[in-house]
Amino acid sequence: MSEFVYLYRGGEAGRSPEAAQQVMQKWMTWLKDLGEKGHIKDQGQPLESTGKLVKGKQKTVTDGPFAETKDVIGGYTLIEARDLDQAVQLSKGCPIFEVDGGVEIRPVMKMNM
Amino acid sequence: MDPSDHLFRREAGRMVATLTRIFGVHNLALAEDVVQDAFCRALEVWKFRGVPENPSAWLLATAKNRALDVLRRERTARTFAPELGRLLQSEWTLAPVVEEMFGANAIKDDQLRMMFSCCHPRLPEEAQVALVLHILCGFSVSEIANAFVSSHAAIEKRISRAKKVLAASKRLFDVTGVDDFSGRLPAVQRALYLLFNEGYHGASPESAVRAELCQEAMRLTGFLLDYPLAAMPATFALSALMCLHAARSPARVDASGNLTSLFDQDRTRWDARLVAEGQRLLDLSATGTELTEYHVEAAIASVHVTAHRTEETDWGRIVSLYDTLMAIRPSPVVALNRAIAIAQHEGPKRGLEEIHSIARSDRLATYPFYFAALGDLELRSGRHVAANEHFRAALAVARNPMERRFLEQRVAVSASHVPQQP
Repeated sequence: MSEFVYLYRGGEAGRSPEAAQQVMQKWMTWLKDLGEKGHIKDQGQPLESTGKLVKGKQKTVTDGPFAETKDVIGGYTLIEARDLDQAVQLSKGCPIFEVDGGVEIRPVMKMNM
Repeated sequence: MDPSDHLFRREAGRMVATLTRIFGVHNLALAEDVVQDAFCRALEVWKFRGVPENPSAWLLATAKNRALDVLRRERTARTFAPELGRLLQSEWTLAPVVEEMFGANAIKDDQLRMMFSCCHPRLPEEAQVALVLHILCGFSVSEIANAFVSSHAAIEKRISRAKKVLAASKRLFDVTGVDDFSGRLPAVQRALYLLFNEGYHGASPESAVRAELCQEAMRLTGFLLDYPLAAMPATFALSALMCLHAARSPARVDASGNLTSLFDQDRTRWDARLVAEGQRLLDLSATGTELTEYHVEAAIASVHVTAHRTEETDWGRIVSLYDTLMAIRPSPVVALNRAIAIAQHEGPKRGLEEIHSIARSDRLATYPFYFAALGDLELRSGRHVAANEHFRAALAVARNPMERRFLEQRVAVSASHVPQQP
């Protein structure tokens, strides 16, 4: 098994309370299902959309958000999968796709010591 | 969390009502933004960490903190609720005041305040109902359009106009008696009655949607019952009428999802708890001197639910109640129902005479049950060809698949008696 990070990008909550509740319930079902199949190493955390960026030799501090709303990373999950293909397949159940968001899938680098 | 529990929708109504009280009615849109923010946060956090033990309290606390941020940031640029004025300006009083506003009792009153504000006399009845559904029940424009079988654009226009009227009303309706409470109460009762009716008799093809409208109407009527100034005989009668109708709803649709007429319903499936509650409320309504249409309609429903079999129905009593209803609030639909009761009491010939003498019956031209009633009475009179024509006319104006299936069956029954052409 290898480890992968899912980075959740963008996605609208939906303008109506009922729609928001349904999206949330789909997320919970999806994550629970992944967990039951043994693919979740760490469920992860939500991230605030604000923050600071410190950059350069001058250590200049600038305000977030860092990108357009559609690119803001809203959270992450640490996944265990056989290979990148499986990690991609598993991500396809994510409800974020229904609300114009995306999942970035990054293999965690393996250390061969 | 149970998906059938519409937590977000219900909490949206509570939070908007309270936030509008704090921000002032002219800042309705700001209140809606804060609620939207609270839901976004809940969505982000709960999906990773699970639903908190008390989700309502979590949402309220989130909305409260967000409200404090907004008040601090914008108190120089905006004016908020004028009656809270200085209390919101000072850092000493700001947090305690907001805290108090989010207390359980205050929130309940806020919903009542909002309900009365939505029933503004400058708004037509259908706009009041849409506004109540949108603001207090958290229904989105498309959910309302779906429930009312109307276009998204039409409902959006209706709601945005209504919101403008509401926002221009300077402040929310004062339910403590400063404003004309008893003058506004009938409009509120009427809006809740229409909301319930839309659910009970409405055209939406999804019975789940219609059941939700009935539940919302009953929930909001509960607020009126809990508030001494609003718990008047007419409110008890309205609530009784809702219970007695809702009691019959489990039997209105049979196991295969088909509509069942009152005469053919399995009466053992009626909800005994709601029947008892309805009768209790009807007793409570029988005080004072005012006889409203809610009293009469609840009394009619009560006669139906106390008959264990269709044949035991006291049709004479029902006819006289419809006579009263025609005197208080005449309408072609009431006249039609009266004619059907007369047919039960005195035979189909009398029923047909009554239907044919309905004033303004052109207003029933798109009401499938007008033609269905004509068809039934012709059928009972042995005139199958005429019955068949009426059922076909009814089918042509059926509003949803359930009505369509019901009427197709009536068409088939009447056709089976029509002699075949050689």
